[in-house]
Amino acid sequence: MNETLTVLLDALPFVLQGAAVTVTAVVGAMFLGLFIGVPLAVGQVYGGRAVRFVCDTYVWFFRGVPILVLLFLFYFGLFNFIGLNLNAVAAATIVLGMTSGAYQSQIFRGSILSLPKGQLKAARALGMSDALAIRAIILPQALRLSIPGWSNEYSIILKDSALAFVLGASEIMARTHFVASRTYQHLPLYISAAVLYFLLTWAGVAALRVLEKRVRIKGYVH
Amino acid sequence: MKTNDKTPLMRVQGLSVRLGGREILKSVSLDLYEGEMKVLIGPSGGGKSTLLQCMNYLILPDRGEIELEGRHVDPHNARELCGFRQQVGMIFQDFNLFDHLTAVDNVSIALRKVRGMGKAEARERAMAELSRVGLSDKARLYPAELSGGQKQRVSIARALAMDPKVMLLDEPTSALDPELVSEVLTVIRSLAQNGMTMVMATHQMGFTRALADEVLFMQEGRIIEQGSPKELLAEGSGTRTLDFCSQILEVEGCTP
Repeated sequence: MNETLTVLLDALPFVLQGAAVTVTAVVGAMFLGLFIGVPLAVGQVYGGRAVRFVCDTYVWFFRGVPILVLLFLFYFGLFNFIGLNLNAVAAATIVLGMTSGAYQSQIFRGSILSLPKGQLKAARALGMSDALAIRAIILPQALRLSIPGWSNEYSIILKDSALAFVLGASEIMARTHFVASRTYQHLPLYISAAVLYFLLTWAGVAALRVLEKRVRIKGYVH
Repeated sequence: MKTNDKTPLMRVQGLSVRLGGREILKSVSLDLYEGEMKVLIGPSGGGKSTLLQCMNYLILPDRGEIELEGRHVDPHNARELCGFRQQVGMIFQDFNLFDHLTAVDNVSIALRKVRGMGKAEARERAMAELSRVGLSDKARLYPAELSGGQKQRVSIARALAMDPKVMLLDEPTSALDPELVSEVLTVIRSLAQNGMTMVMATHQMGFTRALADEVLFMQEGRIIEQGSPKELLAEGSGTRTLDFCSQILEVEGCTP
């Protein structure tokens, strides 16, 4: 028991450094996904035939291929092929972000479609271009409505990020595995990793709930 | 009609619209003169709302033309379209206030983002418009905190802030509780008295009698009767308009 405790305590700083890597990758992927997902959603809702086709294809590709395959495909394949020399964490962040963009686009698309049609009409009637109306009227409302879905997406990416371990990214999972394979304290170490993931999920979801409350519009029931 | 000899402020010619395989508008034409108030009445599904939405190209007609001050407006030219719409204010039945913005921001946003006004100037103008509709004390409230009548007055202020040459009002009181109708009509009445050019779809017959220069009765996508309210609503005139209005008034339980 004592030995277990010592191993855990010794491993803690090492694994926590991995948590920092995990959080960096997940936050990076969330924002990358946001910047990809918003235009995709707008394209899917308002785009012409060609734009919709491109957006749909992107979404279907990233939703249709397992993340593990995507990680290998991009890290060992595509990034090498185009001469991009990325470390494992950066590569995992980009792949997770691009995948998340596909999923996030569907959150935003749902929110945009749930807004009353009159919002866009009223904006156009004031002389706003569609681009301005989308930026100033549609997205501020749609993004607010997307926060609950976004917090769900966060919890999913956080857990998907454990897969970055296979690229050799030194995140929580990789570091736990490293210690476990040397100390043979598999059970307590992986329990700790699980608890750590749980705490990160909880903290992120709680933070997003605070954000949701902060940007809530008075009396707005949707 | 007040100034028949002049060119119309807005001219609508031969608007036809098909939506979902149905002909909603069948070659509708009208001339709108400055300071004039035209009222559209008729059964629902008759094309009133579609006509109004065509008049600022929120719905693109399949055929037909619109001229504003003698200039043809091309709806496929984005810049021209936006410029045209700025000059034609639109009031919707269900208000369509921007739900994420306070009353004052609802009014000022287009001033800032379309007109390019500075923040302070736009706010000042927005406050002036809100006070014109009697809502300066509600400036900081969100749409969800306002009553229906207040929302509609904010939406009128929002349209007025753009200095429109024409206002189109699509049943502006139909979604309101009965006790809130008069506050909105009061605002519209004062617009009419100040010479705003307007086309309004409404079933408010007393209001129409008092303020309309011309009544257009629409049915099945056509204007089938038009004339002054006096002519069309005269006892025993035998018009469809009179017939329709007596039906509304009967339902509402008052006499014409």
